[in-house]
Amino acid sequence: MDDDKVFKALADPNRRQLLDRLCDQNGQTLGQLCTSMDMKRQSVTQHLGLLEQANLISTARRGREKLHFINPVPLYEVYARWIRKFEEGRLGLLHDLKQELERNGK
Amino acid sequence: MTDKSASFIYVTFIRTTPEKLFEAITRPEICRRYWGHENVSEDWQPGSDWQHVKVGETRSVELVGKVIECDPPKRLVVSWANESQKDDPDQYSRVTYDIEGKGDMVKLTVSHDELQPGSGMLKGISAGWPIVLSSMKSFLETGQGLDI
Repeated sequence: MDDDKVFKALADPNRRQLLDRLCDQNGQTLGQLCTSMDMKRQSVTQHLGLLEQANLISTARRGREKLHFINPVPLYEVYARWIRKFEEGRLGLLHDLKQELERNGK
Repeated sequence: MTDKSASFIYVTFIRTTPEKLFEAITRPEICRRYWGHENVSEDWQPGSDWQHVKVGETRSVELVGKVIECDPPKRLVVSWANESQKDDPDQYSRVTYDIEGKGDMVKLTVSHDELQPGSGMLKGISAGWPIVLSSMKSFLETGQGLDI
C-alpha cells in the first residue's frame, strides 16, 4: 500500500531532485526550493504534495514559515526489504567463492 | 553563541495504538526488543533524568538528558546528549515524540532539533532514526524488530 506511493513518488526526476535539495539542506521553505528548481511554483507545490503523501517529506510550521524536511524512514524500509536481503545473498556468494578458491589453492 | 540550528523530522505510520507506541518508547523491557537499547527513567516526569542504556552485559549509558514534557500517550519531550559530553550544555539537543491516532494507524513524528550543524551527533542521528523507527514499526506490527 505505502510502497506503491513511495515508488510512484520516486519515479519522477523532479521529485527526486527535490529530495536531493532537501538532503543538501533540510528544512527549506517553498520559496527556497523554487529558486533551485527550474519549475513553476505551482508544479513544485504539486510535487511536494505527492512526496508528502508518500511520507517522503514532512512539514512543520516555524512562525510564519512552512518548512519541508526529508523523511528517510520509508526509504529505509525499501532498503531493508529490497536491498539488504539481496546484499546478504551476494555476500554469501562471495563467501562461498572465497572458500572454494582457497580450497582449490591448497 | 553556539549554532544549534539543525533539525530533523521523522514520520512513520504504525498499525498499533497510541498507548502501545508510548510504552514502546518509555518501557525498557519493550524498548530493548527493537532498539537494542533501553530508555530508562524513574518516573518520566518533567525534570526527571532519563538515560539511553545499551542492552548487554556492560549496560553502558550512551545518552543522557532530562524529561521536559510528558503527556502519555500523546507527547514526550526530552533533552538528549552523549554521556561523554553531559557536562557541556551546548551539546544538548532536544527530541519530541508526537503520537497521533489516525484511524487504525498511529502517526509518530519524531522531531530532533537544537542540533549543531556538522556535529557528530547530527551525523549519528541522521543514520540512526530511520533504522530505529523502521524496527519499531516492524516490532509493533509483527512482533519482530529488525536486526539492528
